[in-house]
Amino acid sequence: MAEELAQMLTPDGELRGEPPVDLEATRHLYRAMVGARLFDRKGTALQKQGRLATYAPFEGQEAAQIGSAAALRGDDWLVATYRDAAAMWFRGYPWKLLLLWRAGDERGGAPPEGVNVLPPSITVGAHMLHAVGLAWAAKLLGQDRIALTSFGDGATSEGDFHEAMNFAGVYQVPVVFLCQNNQYAISLRRDRQTASPTIAGKAEAYGFPGVLVDGNDLFAVYRVTADAVGRARAGGGPTLIEALTYRLGPHTTSDDPGRYRDPAEEATWRERDPVERVRRYLQRQSAWTEEWQREIENEEAALIEQAVEEAEALPPQEPGQIFEAMFAEMTPQLREQQQELSGGGPVTPTGDR
Amino acid sequence: MATLNVAQAINQGLDQALAADRRVVVLGEDVGRTGGVFRVTDGLLERHGEDRVIDTPVSESGIVGAAFGMAVGGLHPVAEMQFMGFSYPAYDQVVSHVSRIRNRSRHRFTAPLVLRIPYGGGIGAAEHHSESTEAIYAHVPGLKVVVPSTPRDAKGLLLAAIADPDPVVFLEPIRLYRAIKEDLPEEPYEVPIGRATVAREGTDVTVVAWGAMLREVGKAADMLEEDGVNAEVIDLRSLVPLDTEAVMESVRKTGRAVIVHEAPRTAGLAGELIALIQERALYSLQAPVARVTGWDTVFPLKRSEHHYLPSPERIVAAAKRLVES
Repeated sequence: MAEELAQMLTPDGELRGEPPVDLEATRHLYRAMVGARLFDRKGTALQKQGRLATYAPFEGQEAAQIGSAAALRGDDWLVATYRDAAAMWFRGYPWKLLLLWRAGDERGGAPPEGVNVLPPSITVGAHMLHAVGLAWAAKLLGQDRIALTSFGDGATSEGDFHEAMNFAGVYQVPVVFLCQNNQYAISLRRDRQTASPTIAGKAEAYGFPGVLVDGNDLFAVYRVTADAVGRARAGGGPTLIEALTYRLGPHTTSDDPGRYRDPAEEATWRERDPVERVRRYLQRQSAWTEEWQREIENEEAALIEQAVEEAEALPPQEPGQIFEAMFAEMTPQLREQQQELSGGGPVTPTGDR
Repeated sequence: MATLNVAQAINQGLDQALAADRRVVVLGEDVGRTGGVFRVTDGLLERHGEDRVIDTPVSESGIVGAAFGMAVGGLHPVAEMQFMGFSYPAYDQVVSHVSRIRNRSRHRFTAPLVLRIPYGGGIGAAEHHSESTEAIYAHVPGLKVVVPSTPRDAKGLLLAAIADPDPVVFLEPIRLYRAIKEDLPEEPYEVPIGRATVAREGTDVTVVAWGAMLREVGKAADMLEEDGVNAEVIDLRSLVPLDTEAVMESVRKTGRAVIVHEAPRTAGLAGELIALIQERALYSLQAPVARVTGWDTVFPLKRSEHHYLPSPERIVAAAKRLVES
């Protein structure tokens, strides 16, 4: 079992070994993490103002998301969850649409053509099988494309986790399973989720490698994901990555972590902040200044503001539009119901008089 | 023309779809080497290879979840559940994902897959092997549900389902797999989804049914004929979308209707059909609408299943009550 924790950056930002990306790329990824955190805090603020339905913050998981997403290539698939906005955005899913979706508008579920990211999965676990199917299709169609699916520690207790891992192992499909083990499934602690010493170790039962990585270490996450993606692309089959991280915020804007965890624990993890870790590294490399920090924060914040404005400027869908995406061609029943809702009155109960 | 039974007709449809389009794949438990528990996929593995005719682990949610991903990724998978009673582990994938990806992505992603499910009783099978729970699929927005009752419709509806841009649940009446043979065209053809057919013309009472019940209704119509009652039989073929107008046209003509299904009565599709008839043909009715259905019991095992399944006698009795009222 591969239970040794892969780490390349210490919490102090000290590098161990060779950096997996150069300094310019690191600055680019750091900037993405900063932008993602700004978006995340904006999401919570907008929800509190009643402008979003619910919001699921990912603060603390920026390295796990940006580091893994950065290891994907142009048309690779990303199949992720409601907490993976950072990864999805990094792969080209616009903030505007992620906000629209959170505001309760289905149009937020339609990323632009060419962005191979499925809309966020709300059900827990089922989507891992979708990544298996997408990767399998790519393999059968001879496409040079892999799929990465992201999920939490809680999802590993679902039957579909087993079924997805099992299919992936048997058919050697080019898929990467990324578990962001953020220690809590809403209120349930990781040690009550499974008696397995690690989640990575579960891969052994399916006949492919499992890797345990410091999920708050951008370089280590990028490195192990790039290795897994490369292996999948070369026909080497699936990998399970367990990224050890921590959800610094609540499960969603609807819960209070004070009911199930100790603030001291949160403080411990705050010291392992994945964004601050990269900042310290860049500073050690003389590649970070306060001025640059202010500059990127201002620019990223402006982009987010613009996304909020655009999302909120979009008029709500017409009533009849809820019927229009059920099938390629509307059924007679839907057409009738659409007419009824749109003010045509009840068209049916007339007997035949 | 070839003379085929229902199982052979489906087999021929699958074979032709696999040959015509490399995006079509068949997957399910035992569909390859053994040709399926009902031999419906017999010979497909040999002809199309194990990449496209895939023997899967015993993993219904896995089959449907993976087929969903395949469909979104550009394939047209035809997934098989061995029996309707074994399809429930995959129900979450069907309800939560297969049926709604087009809606939740506003047409950006679609899942053109076919879910083949052998259903129904009458062959003395083990527990869980005789379910007829089509209503739990018909109730899900975003799915089409079709049920052939003849070899000709089996092949044509299957090819229409595979060509459909949306997910289709294709129910196969186990009891009829080998019960009837029919001449049908060798070449590929489609029977349009959403259209019922008049299986037998008549004037006194309309009997609406689908799938395996058509044979029982046919026998009932023969018996009624002997007693001077002329029954019109509507084979719905498509439960979603339902061909409402075909039913109304017949009911307006005969003024009487019996709905027959082997599924349990409560919340079964007979209730929906009766609602539609009273909405649209109430004043044509000369008698209340009757339903002949399975009971609200667990499907009985072999020695008692004949008490459960609608029989020609029960259908005749219902029709006569209407005609005599």
